[in-house]
Amino acid sequence: MSSVLYDVPGPRQRRLTLIISLLATVLVAVGAYYLIYLPLDEKGQFSMDLWGPLIDPSNENFTLVWERIWVGIENTLIAAALAIVASLIIGTLLAVLRLQLKSLAGRRYAGLSAPVAYLLRGLGSGLAVLTRVCVEVFRGLPVVITIFFVARGLPEFGVTLETLWYLVIGLTVYNGVVIAEILRSGMEGLPFGQREAAVAIGLSPFQTTTLILLPQSFRIMLPALISQLVVVLKDTSLGFIISYEETLNIGKQIIGVLSNPIQVYFVIAVLFILVNYSLSKLAQYVQKRLARGRKTANLPAASEVAAPIDAGAAV
Amino acid sequence: MSVWVDKFDVFAGGFWLTLQICVLAAIGALVLGAVVAVLRISPVPPLRALGTAYVTIFRNMPLTVVMFFSAFALPALGSNADFLRIPGLELVFTRLGTDLPYFRFALIALTLYTAAFVCEALRAGINAVSPGQAEAARSLGLTFTQNLRYVVLPQSWKASIVPLGSVIIAMIKNSALIGFFGVVGDLSQSADQLTSAEGYAFIPVAIGISIGYLIMTVPLGALLDRIERRQAVAAR
Amino acid sequence: MRFTRAAVVATAAALTLGLTACGGDKTESGGTGTAKSFAAGSTMEKLNKAQAIKVGTKFDQPGFGLKGLSGKPEGFDVEVAKIIVKELGIPTDKIEFVETTSKIREDAIVNNNVDFIVATYTINDKRKERIAFAGPYYEAGQNILVKADDATITGPDAFKAGDKKVCSVTGSTPAENIKTYVKDVATQLVLFDTYDKCISALDGGQVNAVTTDNVILLGYVAKNEGKYKLAGDNFTKEPYGIGVKIDDKDFRSFINDTLEKAYKDGSWKKAWDDTAGKFGAELGSAPAVNRY
Repeated sequence: MSSVLYDVPGPRQRRLTLIISLLATVLVAVGAYYLIYLPLDEKGQFSMDLWGPLIDPSNENFTLVWERIWVGIENTLIAAALAIVASLIIGTLLAVLRLQLKSLAGRRYAGLSAPVAYLLRGLGSGLAVLTRVCVEVFRGLPVVITIFFVARGLPEFGVTLETLWYLVIGLTVYNGVVIAEILRSGMEGLPFGQREAAVAIGLSPFQTTTLILLPQSFRIMLPALISQLVVVLKDTSLGFIISYEETLNIGKQIIGVLSNPIQVYFVIAVLFILVNYSLSKLAQYVQKRLARGRKTANLPAASEVAAPIDAGAAV
Repeated sequence: MSVWVDKFDVFAGGFWLTLQICVLAAIGALVLGAVVAVLRISPVPPLRALGTAYVTIFRNMPLTVVMFFSAFALPALGSNADFLRIPGLELVFTRLGTDLPYFRFALIALTLYTAAFVCEALRAGINAVSPGQAEAARSLGLTFTQNLRYVVLPQSWKASIVPLGSVIIAMIKNSALIGFFGVVGDLSQSADQLTSAEGYAFIPVAIGISIGYLIMTVPLGALLDRIERRQAVAAR
Repeated sequence: MRFTRAAVVATAAALTLGLTACGGDKTESGGTGTAKSFAAGSTMEKLNKAQAIKVGTKFDQPGFGLKGLSGKPEGFDVEVAKIIVKELGIPTDKIEFVETTSKIREDAIVNNNVDFIVATYTINDKRKERIAFAGPYYEAGQNILVKADDATITGPDAFKAGDKKVCSVTGSTPAENIKTYVKDVATQLVLFDTYDKCISALDGGQVNAVTTDNVILLGYVAKNEGKYKLAGDNFTKEPYGIGVKIDDKDFRSFINDTLEKAYKDGSWKKAWDDTAGKFGAELGSAPAVNRY
């Protein structure tokens, strides 16, 4: 898209661009040297005392430090994997449920006696309202609060679990709802003909949803779903609040011993960026493969718009 | 439940502080995000690379880490973020002007992080404008800036508004983290204070601050839903 | 090249061994479980039979409970916990240490997440409403850490003027105590989740002082020689207790007995000398346990 915004540069323009580029690069380099490198160097932030345990294999603490960091990464990935699977399941169920309730709302239950029909209708709309409220509330709350709610609220009702499960439940409650909304908007955004055709060949509303709408919604919303998964991975870092030993928390412990916060956080940041970046690259690859597999006319366009909407839901 | 009455001022104060940082960070992120978005589509390759790098870094890093760097690496660079002590603004946003810089650090972190998502939302809007528009503009001889200014941006604005809204809502929720990085008295830190230091029961306090967040997020979400639905109808 | 690397690994291994050998005492080997006879139905009997125990401590408190690079917590609190566990007839390698930060300590006991807590845990009346304390096993006091060349802060009253900024940890007793001295919380008080961050803030000049119990502060003084000092005397008394369930009187007096025994046979002093004692803090005479 960006290339349609300007003409292919001619020789003069290219020369100008090159000069500007070089100037900009030099400027950035000089700025970085004076504003970042010198102050840090002056404070001794580049000393091997601080960096050694992280990057120098001959340092006495190197193996120990990386063993600890590895434990943290493992814990992060375990929590993320569990939360992702749970959110996908909950999200799908919730999306289907909400759509079913919506289609039930119009039903009159003509064959049943009046009180039973009213009861069923009341039940249906009651449930619809309840799920709606749940979605609004959990979508509107910070994940930190949800995790806190789970970790400190559940024990008040006599449920005590490992911290891992508090984190997983907390993340699932929030992300499950978000995924449900992504899927639902995907299903509702499908051309109306899909549903009509399904009804015409005699599928029940439930069959229509699960056989026709849901699979298509998954496909269209894949980018949004994937970026939500990156969000889950990043959100596991909130485990430090409830003393779950994920990467950041381990980092904190290492800092307690080695007193090199900036260095440790830098390494952790790089790790997160690497993992998340490759995850999104993988997602793009899958997306492309899927798109190549089946050439449906206007679906990709919808997906392009949908992707960043929920990418913003990140912590 | 008496905590709602007894400590109403704490809830209200927390709400006000959270609102302050959200308003400031939203403005900052919109401006910075727009700049990054222009970088990402600009004709100069290094600028494009810069924009892409920015988005890649900040989208893939947990906000906690960004907050940490802002609160501890900036001081190591010798900055207390004093440039944010903007004379007029201090009157309304009192925390901007205090000697304790952590409100400013949190503001910077929230702005930097959110700007990456703002950029993506804007780009999504630009992508939604049909390429023919920009091509037609080019064939009329419009330059890159003219093209953006008169043809693409006025149209992309509509497609961007819903994603932008989602980004801002997410930012409000993300602001709950500032309490862990030295800002005393926002909504989530108040909850901590009331339950762990002053010994109030957890559930009522949690409900109280949840309401605080929902007051900000739910109406905004409802507004976005409305806009989205109207746009959907208009598109049909 | 290959040779050096091998040598390095060997050195590292030797160092690790050396560290555990001197830091961890012989308790690392754990000893063997012994079936001791306790009153039927008591917590002691239950734990002894199970041969497993969960102890809450801090993982980020140098000298008391710090989870080091080995992945095992080390410090005075940890050693005290080991003394008690040994007395229960459970080998110390059967202990599962659980991180209990300042704000979740009461919850952890009430919700059965841990069997007891040793975590720089100040005995006070508000906490006694929900849990019970054995001990105290150490008496600390709140103090203030400032840069070595700072002569302007000599005690907590320095914060009354409203221009000095102070840092402490969220949800901790010292943070509450200092609030009575500062003029305006919003402009003078910073709270983080660990003291490391406070020390960074002190280094960077964002705050003028860090306040908490003297022993914790002495840890930082010892670690960075000549960089910081304590400003004045302790201005509170913080008796550290061992948290147990509020109604478990038997277990409490068992711990108290164990502590008194440890005072006498020198294991209490040894625990101190091996850990927080290295920071130069005075152990003082053994505090009398409070059997209420």
